[in-house]
Amino acid sequence: MLNNNAHLSEKVFADDIEKAPTRDGFGRGTVEAGTADPNVVVLCADLAESTRAEWFQKEFPERFIEMGVAEQNMATVAAGMAGAGKVPFIASYAAFSPGRNYEQIRTTIALNERHVVVCGMHAGVSVGPDGATHQMLEDLGMMRMLPRMTVIAPGDAEEARKAVVAAAKHDGPIYLRFGRAGTPIFTTAQTPFAIGKALTLWESEVPQVAILSTGSLSYAALAAARALEEEGIQSVVLHVPTVKPLDEAAVLEAARRSGRVLTVEEHQTAGGFGSAIAELLAERHPVPVRRLGIEDTFGQSGEPEELLRHYGLDAPHIKDAARALLRAQ
Amino acid sequence: MTLTDKEVSMLEKKAEEIRETIINMLVAAGSGHTAGPLGLADIFAAFYFHILTHDPRNPDWEGRDRLLLSNGHTVPARYAAMAHAGYFPVAECLTLRKFGSRLQGHPERLRLPGLETTSGPLGSGLSQAAGTAYALRMDGKKNRVYCMMSDGEQEEGNTWEAAMFSGKYALSNLTAVMDRNNIQIDGMTEEVMPLEPIADKYRAFNWHVLEVNGNDIAAFITKVEEAKAIYEKPTLIIAHTIPGKGVPEIEFDYRWHGKPPTKEEGKRFLKEIRTLGGRVPGDYA
Repeated sequence: MLNNNAHLSEKVFADDIEKAPTRDGFGRGTVEAGTADPNVVVLCADLAESTRAEWFQKEFPERFIEMGVAEQNMATVAAGMAGAGKVPFIASYAAFSPGRNYEQIRTTIALNERHVVVCGMHAGVSVGPDGATHQMLEDLGMMRMLPRMTVIAPGDAEEARKAVVAAAKHDGPIYLRFGRAGTPIFTTAQTPFAIGKALTLWESEVPQVAILSTGSLSYAALAAARALEEEGIQSVVLHVPTVKPLDEAAVLEAARRSGRVLTVEEHQTAGGFGSAIAELLAERHPVPVRRLGIEDTFGQSGEPEELLRHYGLDAPHIKDAARALLRAQ
Repeated sequence: MTLTDKEVSMLEKKAEEIRETIINMLVAAGSGHTAGPLGLADIFAAFYFHILTHDPRNPDWEGRDRLLLSNGHTVPARYAAMAHAGYFPVAECLTLRKFGSRLQGHPERLRLPGLETTSGPLGSGLSQAAGTAYALRMDGKKNRVYCMMSDGEQEEGNTWEAAMFSGKYALSNLTAVMDRNNIQIDGMTEEVMPLEPIADKYRAFNWHVLEVNGNDIAAFITKVEEAKAIYEKPTLIIAHTIPGKGVPEIEFDYRWHGKPPTKEEGKRFLKEIRTLGGRVPGDYA
């Protein structure tokens, strides 16, 4: 059953649940953060409309900095601005930032410990028609390997807004991951959010499997849990927006209670969220683990929903994977 | 503002001390870069003992000018200058590149106050300087921002992104100094990857460009003053320096880019530096 303490949307399982891309949360969140803190600035690499950076630009034109198509410069200019007291958010597609400017992020933001918020848009195959070049599937892995880096993949537009506001106050290098496609807004303003905290969406008396997910696929994980219940299978769904640092206590608790863990992410299974969970459990509480994600391949053009179905990341596939995991010894 | 003869000889004396310290630290370290730091001793003496508004006892003072070192491998020259300026004891220079030292092989801001950035990977210093200059200007602050960079790192794309950005936003509070010593690891820059006409390239990116003998302290300071008077553009000073300057037997020799002197060589080099008595003849007209 739904966790009441999560204060999820009343329409969580309704057909007409409101949808928005998580990047909308970036747009709203930066306006909110910029209102609260005059040092917040937004830098954008020629993608103001699609990243939603233009929402901030409209409110605070003097604090919006157009960088042109130059992601390496964007990261390093931001590092310099942070050194002079600004709180820069840098926005581009994740394929280019951190995809292209990784060394600059590593040296001038992470090693140099600057409070720059790297915002990777259009992550995952759900980018859709643009195809593999623009469907970033390696960013969580790249960024979580960096010392001092905090990594967050918000679950919906509302949580993305909260993550942006929290990132503006967080002192240190931080990466936020956003998606292009509209996805259900299953959380509300009352849903708790804190950097480093996981959120139980679904819980059962005697769970047989724990589904741990990050990003907007947590909604599909929740739908899978509901479908499992209809088939008499009890589960827990733990939404883990902060991939680093992991909420280790919550992950271990879910593993202890359920004895089996299924991870879900719109990212390569190697090196990303599922890997982080598997690493933790292998050392601290070994249980059977299966990781759902992209299996060592690139994306392709298509509509978001058909791509998620093709790569086995929609609710029916998650449900089937959970059922299969029940048979694991 | 013309420098008096007394001021010039004080600065030359400081440059000589910096060169001696560079040799001592590299011999002790057993690894590191020799040619670049020696070539930059005069420029760093000019910065730390004349140009910069700074307070060695309060390295984070908000009113300070910012000096960012993009070509981090030349940091021994900066460490030596900072030590002589009073940021930390000169004796600490001998810990360069050693385990536990604040003086990392390439500079790390978090370990040593006063460094401004962490650098070494080439091509990203100018962007950081530009970001710093942009932010300071937003806040109406008058601090000047300086960026030391190498000629070799002009081969990095990031450098030109930064040049384009600085030109667009007319960052007149930014002065970049290019150490034009013509060498890089694999040989002479014009053979590895020709940079010329480098001044014209920056002019085309809307920079004001000046050239100077980077081993002539008084001339260099004059150019830095001139840059302050340019209100509509960022300024690049192409400082022609002689790699290995001060030690005639290694001058112009690119093989000394990335290796330190042995103990014996170190003794000989120190003697050569002292023989010059701080006066480094100008080779660039």
